[in-house]
Amino acid sequence: MATQHSRSAARLMMTPAVFLLLVWMLVPLIMTLWFSTLDYRPMRGTFDCCEGLANYTRFITSSAFLDSVITTLQLLGGVLLITIVGGILLAILLDQPIWGQGIVRILVIAPFFVMPTVSALVWKNMFMNPVNGLFAHLFKGLGLEPIDWLSQAPMFSIILIVSWQWLPFATLILLTAIQSLDSEQLEAAEMDGAGPLSRFGYITLPHLARSITVVVLIQTIFLLSIFAEIYVTTGGAFGTRTLTYLVYQRVIESQNVGLGSAGGIYAVILANLVALVLMRVVGKNLDA
Amino acid sequence: MGRITLDKVRKAFGDVEVIPPLDLTINDGEFVVFVGPSGCGKSTLLRLIAGLEDVTSGEIRIDGTDATHLSPAKRSLAMVFQSYALYPHMSVRKNIAFPLKMAKLDQAEIDRRVEGAAKVLNLDSYLDRRPGQLSGGQRQRVAIGRAIVREPSAFLFDEPLSNLDAALRVGMRLEISELHKRLATTMIYVTHDQVEAMTMADKIVVLQAGRIEQVGSPLELYRTPRNKFVAGFIGSPKMNFIDGAEAAKHSAHTIGIRPEHLIVTDEGGTWTGKVGVSEHLGSDTFFHVHVEGFPETLTVRAGGEVNLHYGDTIHLTPDAAQIHRFDAEGLRLA
Ligand SMILES: Nc1ncnc2c1ncn2[C@@H]1O[C@H](COP(=O)(O)OP(=O)(O)OP(=O)(O)O)[C@@H](O)[C@H]1O
Ligand SMILES: [Mg+2]
Repeated sequence: MATQHSRSAARLMMTPAVFLLLVWMLVPLIMTLWFSTLDYRPMRGTFDCCEGLANYTRFITSSAFLDSVITTLQLLGGVLLITIVGGILLAILLDQPIWGQGIVRILVIAPFFVMPTVSALVWKNMFMNPVNGLFAHLFKGLGLEPIDWLSQAPMFSIILIVSWQWLPFATLILLTAIQSLDSEQLEAAEMDGAGPLSRFGYITLPHLARSITVVVLIQTIFLLSIFAEIYVTTGGAFGTRTLTYLVYQRVIESQNVGLGSAGGIYAVILANLVALVLMRVVGKNLDA
Repeated sequence: MGRITLDKVRKAFGDVEVIPPLDLTINDGEFVVFVGPSGCGKSTLLRLIAGLEDVTSGEIRIDGTDATHLSPAKRSLAMVFQSYALYPHMSVRKNIAFPLKMAKLDQAEIDRRVEGAAKVLNLDSYLDRRPGQLSGGQRQRVAIGRAIVREPSAFLFDEPLSNLDAALRVGMRLEISELHKRLATTMIYVTHDQVEAMTMADKIVVLQAGRIEQVGSPLELYRTPRNKFVAGFIGSPKMNFIDGAEAAKHSAHTIGIRPEHLIVTDEGGTWTGKVGVSEHLGSDTFFHVHVEGFPETLTVRAGGEVNLHYGDTIHLTPDAAQIHRFDAEGLRLA
């Protein structure tokens, strides 16, 4: 009885929050859906109803669309790869008893607290600038021709910047996972004749699987909507236009709200597809 | 083969000397039990033998060859951990096969050995389960299975039964003894439970603060404990110690008498006391007796059906042949 009472009470208490969340989510989604069926270009004063699916076909048939999807997936894949691999390596490193461990850990986590816009600007101006950047000085010091990172290797540069921001997150999650590994398991494996690499492959990595899943899922959600880093660095030029950025261009630069909204709906679908695939592929780690 | 010799082995963690230089020989095929109070260095000693800790100084020889700086894998020892340390994401079969896989045996041989071990340990029907789906006793058996498939020259057990309930503990104790008889391989077994030590060991090593207090067969330790510590540690319930005038009558600083060597009579007797708390076990009854002039109660063993109650007067006579005499340092007097 008591539990049932408290359960219905709990439902009642949660209602406002759930309602707020629903409204918060549904209103923009429905407005986007509605806009996507309009020919709505505020600068020209057009606000014509009932375009049907014209915006959707126009968005998807434009040559920019497929490129942007590929770019989005490249960015996602690149950043996930770097952060997971780098995160595991850093976590292992930080797990070792080293001098000044506390300070090193704080330093490693610091980039996570820097705002995306700020970190993109810092990278652009202080590291990647072909004249004054640190990399340029480094190259010159080595007698090499400095590279203009953002125009010669734009995708790589953006992946680098975003990875730098997300590496601390991955490291933090994976470090706590590594610390929770029972050291007797590693010792047992050592006695069973497993070398350091086998121990990593057979014991540590499976132990980390669940945390890796969590990192991949959470990062994916945030990486699909990466915007500031592109806006600040390349402005979507040189093949760095992701789906999110394309939608932004359609709505703000071309002032075509209808077309942009259709793109937004595609982005929602893409995000759900990716999430679904990820859940299928790696989500089973979460059950065990 | 599995003859292990420790020669002046010493271990310190930083400035703290956990094991002062220590010599010990473990013969091939022996079942040796390390026993001692918590924190006395039993696990540390076992881990030194296993190679999981480096010795600070001294030498460890296995079958005559110096193994002091050999990696754990190369010592051909197998260890069963207190927490079992099974690999949670592998099936029981893969857990048991793991050391063989690391040794790069061919699959047919691996299968043969795993099946063999599973049969010995009654694990046949669990081979495809994960460790998380097993009971404590079954996990324990998997851990033992993982140790025996390698056919090591010695087994190391670190309190393997301490996570099991009392009934299961007795069962597993028998199984391990049985296994030792069948394999005739050296086994080193760490425990703080002196009943396990007494029942399983060929040879008991009593440790205190990293020092060996005495080495010997269970009965040797029971009959002729070398000092007060061993006398108090071996035997259950604990030996009674009496100081002062009573001890002086036997020209000793302290005398010790085990509860089972105190004879209860209705009349006369050497000591007269009042019955305090009594513990009825069915087969035996243990009385805690307050004797005039003794600072501590005496524990007395009597039969299961003895009719004595709280506050009753009781007469006790020690079995003269079973009185242990100790000097002021606690060492046994001949
Ligand atoms: N890594 C370590 N660093 C410092 N001191 C340690 C370390 N490992 C063990 N010790 C100390 O060494 C002593 C012996 O520890 P050990 O684990 O061998 O005891 P034990 O006899 O196995 O006790 P228990 O019966 O409780 O398991 C303890 O005082 C412990 O605090
Ligand atoms: Mg221990």
